[in-house]
Amino acid sequence: MKSSVIIFPGSNCDRDMDVALKKFGFKNKMVWHNDNVIPKSDLVVLPGGFSYGDYLRCGSIAAKSNIINSVIEFANKGGLVIGICNGFQILIETGLVTGALLRNKYLKFICKNIFVKANKTHNKYFNKIKKDILELHIAHNDGNYFCSQDDLKSMQDNDQIAVRYCDSNGEISENSNPNGSIQNIAGVFNEKKNILGMMPHPERVIDSCLSSNDGSYFFENLLSNMK
Amino acid sequence: MIEVNEKIAIDHGLKKDEYKKICELLKRNPNLTELGIFSAMWNEHCSYKSSKKHLKKLNTKGKKVIQGPGENAGVIDIGDDDAIVFKIESHNHPSFIEPYQGAATGVGGILRDVFTMGARPIANLNSIHFGSPSNKKTKSLLRGVVQGIGGYGNCIGVPTIAGQTSFDESYNGNILVNAMTLGLVKKDKIFYSKAAGLNKPVIYVGSKTGRDGIHGASMASAKFDDKIEEKKPTVQVGDPFTEKLLLEACLELMRDDSIIAIQDMGAAGLTSSSVEMASKGKLGIELHLDKVPCREENMSPYEIMLSESQERMLIVLENGKEKKAKEIFDKWNLDFSVIGKTTNSKNIELYFDKNKVANIPIDLLSEEAPEYDRKWKKSKLPQKIKFTKKDFKNLKITDVLKKILSSPNVCSKEWIWEQYDHTVMGDTIQKPGGDAGVVRVHGSEKAIAATVDSSASYCYAHPLSGGKQIVCETWRNLICVGAEPIAITNCLNFGNPEKPENMGEFVECVEGLNEASKYLNFPVVSGNVSFYNETKDKGIKPTPTIGGVGLIKNYKDMITMDLKETGNIILVVGKTEGHLDQSIFAKEILNEKKGPPPEINLFNEKNNGETVLKLIKDKLIRSAHDVSLGGIMTGIAKMCIKGKKGINFYKYKGLIDKFEFFFSEDQGRYIIEVKKENVDKVKKILDKNSNHYDLIGEVIEGNISINDEPTLSVDKLADYNKDWLNKYMVN
Repeated sequence: MKSSVIIFPGSNCDRDMDVALKKFGFKNKMVWHNDNVIPKSDLVVLPGGFSYGDYLRCGSIAAKSNIINSVIEFANKGGLVIGICNGFQILIETGLVTGALLRNKYLKFICKNIFVKANKTHNKYFNKIKKDILELHIAHNDGNYFCSQDDLKSMQDNDQIAVRYCDSNGEISENSNPNGSIQNIAGVFNEKKNILGMMPHPERVIDSCLSSNDGSYFFENLLSNMK
Repeated sequence: MIEVNEKIAIDHGLKKDEYKKICELLKRNPNLTELGIFSAMWNEHCSYKSSKKHLKKLNTKGKKVIQGPGENAGVIDIGDDDAIVFKIESHNHPSFIEPYQGAATGVGGILRDVFTMGARPIANLNSIHFGSPSNKKTKSLLRGVVQGIGGYGNCIGVPTIAGQTSFDESYNGNILVNAMTLGLVKKDKIFYSKAAGLNKPVIYVGSKTGRDGIHGASMASAKFDDKIEEKKPTVQVGDPFTEKLLLEACLELMRDDSIIAIQDMGAAGLTSSSVEMASKGKLGIELHLDKVPCREENMSPYEIMLSESQERMLIVLENGKEKKAKEIFDKWNLDFSVIGKTTNSKNIELYFDKNKVANIPIDLLSEEAPEYDRKWKKSKLPQKIKFTKKDFKNLKITDVLKKILSSPNVCSKEWIWEQYDHTVMGDTIQKPGGDAGVVRVHGSEKAIAATVDSSASYCYAHPLSGGKQIVCETWRNLICVGAEPIAITNCLNFGNPEKPENMGEFVECVEGLNEASKYLNFPVVSGNVSFYNETKDKGIKPTPTIGGVGLIKNYKDMITMDLKETGNIILVVGKTEGHLDQSIFAKEILNEKKGPPPEINLFNEKNNGETVLKLIKDKLIRSAHDVSLGGIMTGIAKMCIKGKKGINFYKYKGLIDKFEFFFSEDQGRYIIEVKKENVDKVKKILDKNSNHYDLIGEVIEGNISINDEPTLSVDKLADYNKDWLNKYMVN
């Protein structure tokens, strides 16, 4: 399986994503933001970081970069596209997924392990993962997901809420919401569910010596769906 | 141009005698640009004029030392052709004036020192010290500093893996911000700052030069008064995004051998970087200042030479490599400009609009810089306080423990380190909050442990003992995670060196740390001195900060401090003598601030440390933690909180009072958790190596149980430990 990770100036999880994809068997290529074409891929990843410094609204400049047109084209043809953290912010700025990511509720950068419940129906990202509650990791300043009530309703009706923050028992409540996201939303799909944007970093939790190993399920599941 | 006179020289921070010496050496009066250059190079921050004499004595050699002090950072060998580059640096003065930018650029500066040498930064640490929590500035300074450190480190994508925060009223007017970075490099790809060869192009890369930070280095060597906030314009402004680009571009250029020498523009900007490279290579340098990329109009040569705009580097390149190098910097959208060349004149010659605007023999700026043998006063060891049973009457261990765990200097600092990205790069295997942070050496089985420590109260009470103590504590913290201690870096934060008391504190702390460093074979490979940490003539407590680095050969052998399984036995290795003077217990509970710090017995320190490390390597220890602030009881409580386990203490039968046993801060001790079936084996090894030990309890679920006192729930203790800082910052 072939994957491409886009490097924007200021990306800083590009290497981590490359390491994770290769660990689970992807043949990964790094693609420079100024290129116009994505090499032949089954999966495209927009990694975390601070693209162009994020001095303007997070992800907004990356959404206008050279490479982004081919990312959109790839996605529109049904290709699998993942945006993690800053990558999620970029997906939102391109309009590929719905919503907005605001400053965290307590106005602080948060770096810690969190628990999420994933939506396993009709998508290739979480469908066959056996574990109900995944322990992943967040590290962001602007991950407070927001959307209009209409959008929320249509996403709910269409099963587009991908991941929600919960506690270790699976309870979804204000207490298990790290950043103030509406409905504890940590990640969403587009309508066709080939695009996933989410704040948690699966690539940082892929070994038992790291803060969790649950990111492994994510990559293993993804790969098993692509074979 | 303004005619230079003695008054202008004094306004530049030079002393009368120093100005006289400049005129004599030059055999003429300097012009303003030249005076600016002299004042930058001769100030304390760049010249080490008060400290040099004493720093020369430091133990800087060792089998694993590749590069000691004198370069951008120190370098140590960690085997398999890998090396670790590391250094700690202060950014105290700017952080007090503008906490966010001061702290952010402190991180930026130390990162550049490390990647200048060809290393990819793999971990950041910091040691930050604030005034009393009740001081009205403390909260906003703390918030600003933490956001600044996070803002820079998080953006550039280097994990902040450990740190230290303290509060003491002596920092009310002078906070301390010390930042440390570690980088990884192949042994044969280390870059140095020594220029070589004639007519080699001198290249400016990175951000454009602005008027920010002019005279930052001089400000860093000045005392503070009421008007210090007016100095805000001397604080630099950081741009971590540009630094990230600069990092990637430099590492890309470093893949081949086109760089002869490289130096970041830190304190005193273009001045010190050009002078240092030429001076080390015993060359001259010619710079054309109109070629320096500027972000503001009409900048004068004086301003260009003294600007401390961030994210800039100066490179001496091989001839003919300019085009290829420029392509790399163009790709990363960074400025690249050939601004001069190396010469054989041994002078720094500056041109602007085709006019020669400065011409100074480089020796005068480096070797001829003043060096002082400051007067210093020896400290006496304070008299020991005689505590009696009466002092402990009415006290309950459990109450004392709650109070200590929620005191500002012992409480959990999670509120702080949760704001630092400590997991980016995917190799962090021990996060902040333990004895040391640990990262894997990417793609290998090795791991690097790092810690920062300081003990200002001990150093203030008796600098010689305090100096020794910090080195020992650093060593212990590395051992506690299973790492072999290799080397240290120091950041020496002191008051005014012109005062014999402050100078004495410096001299004796350095002597103490040197003694411990020699005994433990734990050499100093890099460092920095920050003097004049005083406001309105009141100096800080002497605060040498030590950053230690150790190696774990197989990362799977790393251990953490959280208690692991019920039924395991808890031992304390090292003798508990009951030294309460200068302890948290004495200060927080008995309100007694006098007395000597705990004594350091280097033989026991080394012997206990080596045995514990051996036990860890033999996989006989499940968890370990050193005994430091708050003694055995505080140490164990923290192990319980982290492991969500409890302890049932055996009945205490010792000779000293139980408060002395549980809360004294005697040095050289470790708390270890051992499986029941291994206890005899462990005892045998401890006996064989003549290590004193006490068996003190057994791991249980959920509670701390001290025989005749009420049981304490560990969950509740965790709240006590965590709440203080959360509430303080929210209210």
